[in-house]
Amino acid sequence: MQIPYEVSSRPDTGLYNAKLGIWLFLASEVMLFGGLFSGYIFLRLGAEPGYWPHGLLNVPVGTMNTAVLILSSVTVVLAWAALKMRNWSQYRLYMLITIVCGVVFLGVKLSYEYPQKFTHFGVFIRKDSLVKYEAYLGNDFLKSRGLEPRVEISGHLLDAPKGSEYEGVAKRNAEHFTHVLHEEGVGGHGGGPVVQTEAADDFVIQLDPANARPTDPTNEHPSFLPKKQTMMTAVVKREDVESAGMFVPGHSPYFAIYFTITGLHGLHVLGGVIVFAYFFFFGGKLYKRNPEHFANRVEVAGLFWHFVDLVWIFVFPLFYLL
Amino acid sequence: MVSHSADAGHHEHHDDDHHELGFWRKYVFSTDHKVIGIQYGITGLLFLLFGFALMLVMRWQLAHPGTPMPYIGSFLGSLPVIKDHFPGGVMSADGYNEFGAMHGTIMVFFGIVPVAFAAFGNFAVPLQIGAPDMTFPRINMGSYWCFFISCIFMLVSFLVPGGAAKSGWTSYPPLSGIADSGVGFHQFFNGQTLWLTGMIFNITASLMGSVNFIATIIQLRAPGMTWMRMPFFVWTQFVTAFLLLLAFPPLEAAGIFQFMDRVFGTSFFMPTGLVVGQQLTHWSGGGSPLLWQHLFWFLAHPEVYVLILPGIGIIAEVVANNTRKPIYGYKAMVGAIFVLGFLSFIVWAHHMYMTGMGAKVAAFFQTTTIMISVPSVILITALLLSLWGGSIRFTVPMMFATAFLPMFGIGGLTGIPLAFNAVDMYLHDTYYIIGHFHYIVAPGTIFAIFAGVYYWFPKAAGRSMNDFLGRVHFWGSLISINGIFFPMFLQGMAGVHRRWYDGGGASLDQLTYQLAGPVLHWNKFMSYSAFLLALAQLPFIFNFFYSIFAGKRVDRNPWQSTTLEWDAPSPPPHGNFDRPVAVYRGPYEYSVPGAQSDFTPQSEVPEGKGNQAATVSAH
Repeated sequence: MQIPYEVSSRPDTGLYNAKLGIWLFLASEVMLFGGLFSGYIFLRLGAEPGYWPHGLLNVPVGTMNTAVLILSSVTVVLAWAALKMRNWSQYRLYMLITIVCGVVFLGVKLSYEYPQKFTHFGVFIRKDSLVKYEAYLGNDFLKSRGLEPRVEISGHLLDAPKGSEYEGVAKRNAEHFTHVLHEEGVGGHGGGPVVQTEAADDFVIQLDPANARPTDPTNEHPSFLPKKQTMMTAVVKREDVESAGMFVPGHSPYFAIYFTITGLHGLHVLGGVIVFAYFFFFGGKLYKRNPEHFANRVEVAGLFWHFVDLVWIFVFPLFYLL
Repeated sequence: MVSHSADAGHHEHHDDDHHELGFWRKYVFSTDHKVIGIQYGITGLLFLLFGFALMLVMRWQLAHPGTPMPYIGSFLGSLPVIKDHFPGGVMSADGYNEFGAMHGTIMVFFGIVPVAFAAFGNFAVPLQIGAPDMTFPRINMGSYWCFFISCIFMLVSFLVPGGAAKSGWTSYPPLSGIADSGVGFHQFFNGQTLWLTGMIFNITASLMGSVNFIATIIQLRAPGMTWMRMPFFVWTQFVTAFLLLLAFPPLEAAGIFQFMDRVFGTSFFMPTGLVVGQQLTHWSGGGSPLLWQHLFWFLAHPEVYVLILPGIGIIAEVVANNTRKPIYGYKAMVGAIFVLGFLSFIVWAHHMYMTGMGAKVAAFFQTTTIMISVPSVILITALLLSLWGGSIRFTVPMMFATAFLPMFGIGGLTGIPLAFNAVDMYLHDTYYIIGHFHYIVAPGTIFAIFAGVYYWFPKAAGRSMNDFLGRVHFWGSLISINGIFFPMFLQGMAGVHRRWYDGGGASLDQLTYQLAGPVLHWNKFMSYSAFLLALAQLPFIFNFFYSIFAGKRVDRNPWQSTTLEWDAPSPPPHGNFDRPVAVYRGPYEYSVPGAQSDFTPQSEVPEGKGNQAATVSAH
């Protein structure tokens, strides 16, 4: 039994089956990501002033990843065009570039961007304690400029309350921190930053630039180049903390939606890479038997790839820039 | 291989599979749309029965609160895990919530949609448009097995510590975020998380199915099968597939969010400062429970039309065939389902009047909800007018179809008051709502499903179902089903709440609910009607299996119908048609003046087109 219009187009619709199928699938994907982005909008609009962070992501890295994905979208079209011209070796070259781009994108996400978040730590300060940490939050200054208040102190955790799940992380960070201090020759016994406290209930945090210099006007806009971690530390009492945690999905609605959307997008990239790798390594058989059918397959997968690219074009400004 | 079948032509144009498929490929991991349709049908019917059984246990509790159900109670009280919810065979509040939530989930997502959409659609649509199979047979198989995995998740969830999901079929957070978590519950293998996982698989299955349906209808129509020659059933499946394709993904997004909330501790739906049992919860807060409701109802309102549209399609086929005349207003009906499909995407928040989203928003959704009644009334009126002047054959499918019309009418008309914000405030979450939507889906869609089973059974099995048993099934079902659902309106208007697990007795002390007292006695009547309805299904179950093996053998076209599926052998072979099909006329050419018989099949070659008759064999 042969299904009609598997390779050639149906005259009245001008489509072969798979091309219609992928467009329908993409329509469904639009609704899926539409639902996810509506979650972003809901959470962001519903966030209390100061609870939606800005400028936490690394813009140059994100920009590079955007460029990588756009390049791969071009090469996948070139690969398809090469197949249409029955130029197998050119197809192999462009398909290889596409796969490499996808792998680079995923590699950057998994080996650099995500781990950088997982090792970061932040505490949300209770409303009635905000004034105690004015030196790190700069809320009077922000208020005078008509800006949203700052309610979180973030950075690398150096000391955690006894018995909390963060003790191990804090210990490792503290060792590294004192090592760097030693190298740079900052402070010494007495005058240097606090690394550990006697109190059993304190957080000690090596501050992010925004908390170290809260009244610096350059903090008001996301900066293109990430700012260097400072060597300043802050001590936060546990009773002043509303919630605390590493920058993992459970930390705040921002990270929840960030990891959910970029994670699902990453899965889509992975799916595309697997399909392309299959075409790259095992496509020859079908190409020899029916080159048009194979070109159609690459076209359909390419349409999916463009969609994945397009989703990233929304993700990048929403999370990195706005 | 030498063909032993009478249809020798069948093998001639099947170059690809001369070999016989083995048992597993032919009946289990089959890519044949008819086998997949039957798989969906049997799985779905079993789930309908299972969901109904859950409800029977609940109905006993409502009629005789605090007493063990005879036989069943002690049986449930002896099963692992489930016995925790049946101490001494008596249903506990948790057990009631569990069974109630799973009844809704199973009936909607695992019973009716698989049967009405996936089973009938898979079986009949390619046949009706003259296609050899679906466009993507392997994806079609994937769809069923994905659905099968989701079924396993739902069934297994009854047996994990704490039992299945208990937060209603709507799974509203923050309740559903807290439920089934904490001490004594597994991080992943708990009722609510398995519910979410199962739903994500279910949605994936429906995605694969709906892409297939739309592509098949657009691409694989036989020569001459123009859009306006398609049987109405195909149109309803087409619109239904679009609803599933576009409305389900937001629920998938919501399901992923809730999964993250439960497994990774995010706060998509968990508000700031959530206190449970006087303890501040571990969530960071900042989430919005309302977001779930929007995403959920964005699916679940179009889902209502997913439930009813295939039913209306089946009824249209049965009515045309048994009145022996074309259905009235075919084009208006096609237009109506498109308007219906579009409007169904902008009415969802009429389920959320009680959330206090504001009068302006409520007014918008009130307006669209009233608008959507217009295409619904067009459909029901056209079907009603189709009966006028017909020479009606009261076959078993036709009896279910004629009962469908007033039942669907009651369900639809009782929905109109609910569209209004002010009335809904009073009736929200009462038995009035339960009565309303059950009239749509139980004596509505499920009767349409029965009509469809009796109607297409001869095509699938090559044997027809027993007529007498069918009539017993019909009358028993019709009378008892009204005994269940009609008193619900009386109870609902008196304020009986849908979630009273003791039948309402304990709530009467509260001033708010004192009106409910005089109508609580209906609980017994409704419950006994439900048990009678269960009895009335026995003839059907027996008839179904008996007729597969011992029913009366039938030829291609036992109902003397016009549409293309009756052109194929009964049962149709892999690849469907044993001769090339082409279409020359509309779908319902019954009683055409001057014609030789009272039906003119779509494939019959018109006079004067004899040259084509060489390739397209006529009847």
